[in-house]
Amino acid sequence: MSSGSGSLSRYIAIRILLVIPMMWVLLTLVFFLLRVAPGDPVSAAFGGKLSEDALDVRRHNLGIDRPLIVQYLEYLGQVAHFDFGKTISDNRPVLDLVRDNGGATLTLTLGAFLFAIVVGLPLGRLAGRYRDSWGDIVIRIFGVLTYAAPIFWVGIMLVLLVVKLFPSWPTSGMASPITIFTVQPKTHILLLDAIFSGDGTAISDVLKHHVLPCFTLGLLLSGVIIRLVRVNVIQAMKGDYVEAARARGISERAVVRRHAFRNALVAVVTVIGLQVAATLAGAILTERTFNWPGLGTQLVKYILARDYIAVQGLVTFFALIVVLTSVTVDIINGLIDPRVRY
Amino acid sequence: MTDIVDERVDPVNMPGDVVLEARDLRVWYATDRGPVRAVDGVSFELHEGEILGLVGESGCGKSTLGRGLIGLLPEGSARDGELRFRGTDMLTLKPREQHAMRGRDLGMIFQEPLTRLNPLMRISEHFAETLKTHDKSISKAEIERRSLDVLRVMGIPPTRFHAYPHEFSGGMRQRLMIALTLVLRPPFVVADEPTTALDVLVEAQIIRILHDLRANYRTALLLITHNLGIIAEACDRVAVMYAGEIVEIGDAREVFSRPKHPYTRELLRSTISLRTTGLNFIEGAPPDLVEPPPGCHFHPRCPDAMKVCATRHPVEREHAGGSRAQCWAADFKDGLAADVPESERAPLNREEISVADEA
Repeated sequence: MSSGSGSLSRYIAIRILLVIPMMWVLLTLVFFLLRVAPGDPVSAAFGGKLSEDALDVRRHNLGIDRPLIVQYLEYLGQVAHFDFGKTISDNRPVLDLVRDNGGATLTLTLGAFLFAIVVGLPLGRLAGRYRDSWGDIVIRIFGVLTYAAPIFWVGIMLVLLVVKLFPSWPTSGMASPITIFTVQPKTHILLLDAIFSGDGTAISDVLKHHVLPCFTLGLLLSGVIIRLVRVNVIQAMKGDYVEAARARGISERAVVRRHAFRNALVAVVTVIGLQVAATLAGAILTERTFNWPGLGTQLVKYILARDYIAVQGLVTFFALIVVLTSVTVDIINGLIDPRVRY
Repeated sequence: MTDIVDERVDPVNMPGDVVLEARDLRVWYATDRGPVRAVDGVSFELHEGEILGLVGESGCGKSTLGRGLIGLLPEGSARDGELRFRGTDMLTLKPREQHAMRGRDLGMIFQEPLTRLNPLMRISEHFAETLKTHDKSISKAEIERRSLDVLRVMGIPPTRFHAYPHEFSGGMRQRLMIALTLVLRPPFVVADEPTTALDVLVEAQIIRILHDLRANYRTALLLITHNLGIIAEACDRVAVMYAGEIVEIGDAREVFSRPKHPYTRELLRSTISLRTTGLNFIEGAPPDLVEPPPGCHFHPRCPDAMKVCATRHPVEREHAGGSRAQCWAADFKDGLAADVPESERAPLNREEISVADEA
């Protein structure tokens, strides 16, 4: 019977084991898509500057003139040992890249998520419960606008507004130079490092820098969550069990909270998980707008350089985050919905 | 299900006090075309420990009446008339007072047991929520004791108390729904086609449980169904509904053996049994409840229709045997409508029927 905890841990274990084949498929896709796309690192760096023969010599030295299948198997072998290689264009280990810039992307995305959930869940629930009221209409308009507005535009407008109203508020980068200089890099996640340093001004400096980017990115996501929660609450309110609960005299507040909202969450959690991919894409734009030292900025740079190794490594990292989120979503769903466990 | 008997409060066959009394009750829905008179002037009373069956075609207002009685109506609907629960007119109460009566005084058992339990909540949580709603200070032990008591009567083993709804079969879920309704001991319960979604064996079991309620809890039960066999088996009295009105009401055996209203008669003729050789049906469909036909609502489909039926609405009259019916034809047969002139008794011809139908 699924009421035992044994089946839930089994379910979680299966979910986590499934990450391995998923990552393999993703790795393979990224590997071949990159090489099918026109251009290569050599032509991107020296195209038009060197003769075709000289370019071929460099390609040979890099080993990218060998058959694809040989390169593929070699790369897989490396990855199996957690060796993602060094970037072609500036010879940095990919893992260092992820370590140095991954933290910035992580705190940006998590902050945006937190904001979106804190704003989106209650507003969506309110709109769904008081359907077609004035509040609902205002919330719906808010949801559509935030979803439709392009990130870079919202970001730039916010920067303009903040610069005008609060000139001292930071609008670029992840921290003041002084903070970056003083905080010891232990976890390479600046926010955590600042907290570990115990330095109050450093913590508030890093947090202040997070506000605008997280707000900008979170706004986009909150629009999605609002609409999703609203529709699912409305759907759940029509449920037979909601009517049955009312027939037992259960108060409207409890009906919404315990019956409608919880059932709505099942669908919402799944879609929020899928939104992680969209948020990462949005993070790249947000990072550019706020000069944020994250992986998105790096990824754009290496894509332009056709740096196979760097792009493979970074995309794998992004994919890993998406896969891990989907596992987390499955686990959360398993915890909310007893029917999911197997 | 035989061990039910030992918990009984004196099995009394005589009905007790009046629990519920409806006088000229109306439930109308708002639509773009105007109000739908889903229940249009219904009067009846229900005693403690009595089972009243409510039959009629789909769309004649049975379910609306059932929901109207416990106040579980959608937005854009309104109730009017009188609806007394133990003497108090519920329609004069504030919405909050009406809400508080649901569950505690007025229970409801629904048609589709599979979707009526919250899939994310354990059975125990359903019971705890229900009991706590009506008694804030109830203890955990008391919740468990009362829940397991009623579950035992329904034949659900106590080991399943903490299970989730999806771990039960359809018949078990309907018994759970009944248990969840009865744990509050409401004096009045509406059962809206409680067995329609279940197979025959389970149906018999559920009907047996409902039938035993009157002895176990002295519950007054309104049993809505379109299965006349269930009525004959389980009900003391029966009300036949057509186009938002109760056209005939009386002792179940009397109504079934000597139906007064042509609609009741035709409905009985339409039932199927093992000896059925041909299918009988009533031509046409129930009328549009936004603009019901003038006179008797049934006259366009009635084989006994007379001239008077198309113009004057019949009056409810008590007939020999104790049944009450709204029908001119039955009145004449039993010599009750002396004031209507002879000329009005001529059969309504087909052309007039179709004209009246369009009107």
